[in-house]
Amino acid sequence: MTNHWVDIKNANLVLVMGGNAAEAHPCGFKWVTEAKAHNKAKLIVVDPRFTRSAAVADYYAPVRAGSDIAFLGGVINYLLTNNKIQHEYVKAYTDAGFIVRTDYTFEDGVFSGYDETKRKYDKSTWMYELGADGYVKTDPTLTNPRCVFNLMKTHYARYTPELVSSITGTPKEQFLKVCEMIAETSAPDRTMTIMYALGWTQHSVGAQMIRTAAMVQLLLGNIGMVGGGMNALRGHSNIQGLTDLGLLSEALPGYLTLPKEAETDYKAYIEKRVQKPLRPGQFSYWQNYGKFHVSLMKAWYGDAAHKDNNFAFDYLPKLDKPHDILQVFEDMHQGKLNGYFCQGFNPLAAFPCKAKVGRALTKLKYLVTIDPLVTETSTFWENHGEYNDVDPAKIQTEVFRLPSTCFAEEDGSLVSSSRVLQWHWKGADPTAEAKSDLEIVAGIFLRLRGLYQKEGGAFPDPILKVTWNYAILSAPSPEEIAREYSGKALDDLMDPKDKTKVVRKAGEQLDGFGQLTDDGKTACGCWIFSGAWSEKGNLMGRRDNSDPSGLGITLNWAYAWPSNRRVQYNRASCDPSGKPWDPKRKLIGWNGAKWAGVDVPDFKPDAAPEDAMNPFIMNSEGVGRFFVVDKMGDGPFPEHYEPFESPLDVNPLHPKNPKAKNSPAARVFKDDLDQFGDAKEFPYVATTYRLTEHFHYWTKHTKLAAIMQPEQFVEIGEDLAKMKNIKSGDRVRVRSIRGFIKAVAVVTKRIRTLEVYGKKVYTVGIPIHWGFQGLAPNGFIANTLTPSVGDANTQTPEFKAFLVTIDKL
Amino acid sequence: MALQSLDITSRSATTTPSPGVRQTQKVAKLIDISKCIGCKACQVACMEWNDLRDEIGTNHGVYDNPLDLTDKSWTVMRFSEVELEKGKLEWLIRKDGCMHCADPGCLKACPAPGAIVQYSNGIVDFHEEHCIGCGYCITGCPFNIPRLSKKDDKVYKCTLCSDRVSVGMEPACVKTCPTGALVFGSKEDMIQHAEERIVDLKSRGYNNAGLYDPPGVGGTHVMYVLQHADQPQIYNGLPKDPQISLLVELWKGVLKPIMSLGLGLVALTGFFHYVTVGPNEVKEDANENQHGR
Repeated sequence: MTNHWVDIKNANLVLVMGGNAAEAHPCGFKWVTEAKAHNKAKLIVVDPRFTRSAAVADYYAPVRAGSDIAFLGGVINYLLTNNKIQHEYVKAYTDAGFIVRTDYTFEDGVFSGYDETKRKYDKSTWMYELGADGYVKTDPTLTNPRCVFNLMKTHYARYTPELVSSITGTPKEQFLKVCEMIAETSAPDRTMTIMYALGWTQHSVGAQMIRTAAMVQLLLGNIGMVGGGMNALRGHSNIQGLTDLGLLSEALPGYLTLPKEAETDYKAYIEKRVQKPLRPGQFSYWQNYGKFHVSLMKAWYGDAAHKDNNFAFDYLPKLDKPHDILQVFEDMHQGKLNGYFCQGFNPLAAFPCKAKVGRALTKLKYLVTIDPLVTETSTFWENHGEYNDVDPAKIQTEVFRLPSTCFAEEDGSLVSSSRVLQWHWKGADPTAEAKSDLEIVAGIFLRLRGLYQKEGGAFPDPILKVTWNYAILSAPSPEEIAREYSGKALDDLMDPKDKTKVVRKAGEQLDGFGQLTDDGKTACGCWIFSGAWSEKGNLMGRRDNSDPSGLGITLNWAYAWPSNRRVQYNRASCDPSGKPWDPKRKLIGWNGAKWAGVDVPDFKPDAAPEDAMNPFIMNSEGVGRFFVVDKMGDGPFPEHYEPFESPLDVNPLHPKNPKAKNSPAARVFKDDLDQFGDAKEFPYVATTYRLTEHFHYWTKHTKLAAIMQPEQFVEIGEDLAKMKNIKSGDRVRVRSIRGFIKAVAVVTKRIRTLEVYGKKVYTVGIPIHWGFQGLAPNGFIANTLTPSVGDANTQTPEFKAFLVTIDKL
Repeated sequence: MALQSLDITSRSATTTPSPGVRQTQKVAKLIDISKCIGCKACQVACMEWNDLRDEIGTNHGVYDNPLDLTDKSWTVMRFSEVELEKGKLEWLIRKDGCMHCADPGCLKACPAPGAIVQYSNGIVDFHEEHCIGCGYCITGCPFNIPRLSKKDDKVYKCTLCSDRVSVGMEPACVKTCPTGALVFGSKEDMIQHAEERIVDLKSRGYNNAGLYDPPGVGGTHVMYVLQHADQPQIYNGLPKDPQISLLVELWKGVLKPIMSLGLGLVALTGFFHYVTVGPNEVKEDANENQHGR
């Protein structure tokens, strides 16, 4: 979240789209009811289904699964044509006036630089025009036809209400009603918050859906504002912490990135990531990349990382390609993997195309699962009739199951969607032989290191030289790890303004990432977490909820990254002169000498308004981007593409260009290409989702949750039910090209038939929670049905829009 | 059934006065349907607090689970898809359970002395140790709430967590409700809270929003805020004007005096027996004699 959970109460308008907060985040959803009850806020829900969120909404509009960019692009067009934007904000704080290179083009759905054989773009033309001084050329009058504002206007002029309605199935008057309500928040003292989750992420164009919404928020001046923001609701405790700590194949902790295969030169690696300002006077905070990186390497390798060996740069793996889940299972399926460690993951149930995942697991020599529960993955080799029809005699994979603790059986920190690192203390001892993940991983590490010590190897140093100085080597404590990621001084740190003063003595915990250095004097395991455990102690354990402003800014409750800031980009809550856009809801302001207020300023604290430094300090431009230059894999402006399995033959925006039907840059593996279903055989749009009563594939193991929602079901609308002669409570079979599931039918008015591009589109809703382990009656793994295609940026699978057919049993 | 530390104002099938030295404040639980997302956390909290576990059932083609109240499910969510205006769908989710009537039909109908009590705070509670399993309370209830257990032939229903309330806590369902759809306090405060909610709902176009506190049962200590108070029946059959069953009123109004007459006759006969035959004597060594035989 750019803002935080409590802040939602400050919104004037709440848009729930690409998510179902009431269903999946019922506790956080209390802030929506609070906004409605005490801030007179309105709630809009846009979703293929009339959801639990819609049940308490002021306005609901249906949308076809997978068409959200068309909807939001239409909103952009509405705001621009009706002049409903926050002008001053757009002019001062965005790239609207930046001039784009003349060789950037967009022709019939494809951006310049496309290589069809590689399904990749050469992004070099997606760039601004630079002057001789190295800065971007701009046109503050916004009249230059090549400025971002005018390119954006042209790009979205195609998204007329009529075409939007035709693509999305949202009736035109309903679409326009939503636009009107959203447009009201272009007033500087009105804000909209957008709450989204996996309903946007899990598409072949998921990242761009989110970006389109962020563009809407920039046009309305709602980023950095109280009650505004782009708020990603993280569903899994502790998925925010997972991304923060870089548990992704390309990432290092704190959103630093691993070097690619070709990046063998340390200096070039750092230089590429140290972003110089693209406009005069901008902060461009990534200029400090080197400090974060060196401090990370010092935390990992201590004295073995020093200037002479480029701070152990050669110890880092160099990536040939992203090794995300789809890639790993593709490689496993091709027999290229011997072993797989599966920690807190249930891929057989959670990943797309269960048949492929199951086959891939049989090709391993060994599989290790680390989990508190018996997962489907750990028993993929067992025959469970139709639910898992395999022959154990034919599966040679050796499976090791290591029981781990549950979150309530250990101390530690969790990062909430609000970016708040909150410490928790264990509530119960683990059962039987369960060990914490820390102990399990430490045990594996120590044995591995022992083998390297004994037997050597081609390059044992990256393992042998790891700093491992915990009090109990086989069981590092959560406190030790927390101090390590927060960071400490390795040498006396001097005040940069007065070199005789010691700011932090060697060995002391740091106050924050502002103290990190790139000369090896500091160690910090995750720079964005820096300060969470300072010399004042464990700030994550704080529980003072006093809120002096009443805006829900509780700076003494736990610790929010970065720098305990609660609303990111909060400099943008003030006008260029440093006065809040909305004086009634003041977060920070310029007091003549510095930035101060109820929140921690997201800015250079002493940069006076007349310095013209802009609020988006992490961007080298200093402003928010409508034109995202080369940061995304599938285009600088979001464009609607059909899901890889679509009920339509063409992309209505580009009916004559088959190349632009689906995202040209989304990654598809060769073997998966023939695994896409056709609308003739599979005419219905399916979408998968979670239910309040369950948490993923875990809670079917608990009796109470199993009582609340015992048996697998699918939801269909009344029209489709009538066509197929299905009544509520009947058993049905849902089939995609990849397999089938059987379930009870819930026939509902809540799923409407949509008129899309001249045809009727019927939706089948598929909750995901069942499998062949646990207390709830056995069910089919819903991901038997889903396709193995990934977003061009995140490689997240397209779980939310694919094709099926349905029959009564 | 719960603790008896609360003061009792009436007991089933009992003519002697109930303890009434102390008076507690009248309480109420307010269920604001316009804030309810049907998450069923209240159902879980109810089972956890009362140490109950219902059966793991099946899906019946609806979101409701368990499908109905049982001796172990004292509250269930009832989901209704309603389209009052064409194209304007509403998903009305009503938490069902005991309404704790001020004039409780169950208590009136119950023939077992002290099996059903009403505390001075308004909570109607079953004391199952006195329950004879006749099921009259089920007939007496205008809301179809009590459920007879096949296991022990006793009847069970929501206690409004009288055990928690008696020590100053809110009911478990209220404690757990994430959206504030459930609130608990004095009945007066809850009515005031409801009025504020109704103003808000009217401002959002629900012109018939209102409080459900039906006078036919003397008002209730569980009340609803309804978006459409003029049509309570669209909320999965919530009765528009609940009344205590005629049978029960008959039983209490007409038959009971006759019964009382019968009891009087028994007493009178006893009296004549006493004056004509003399007291029944119990010998002090009666037990010993019995053992001796």
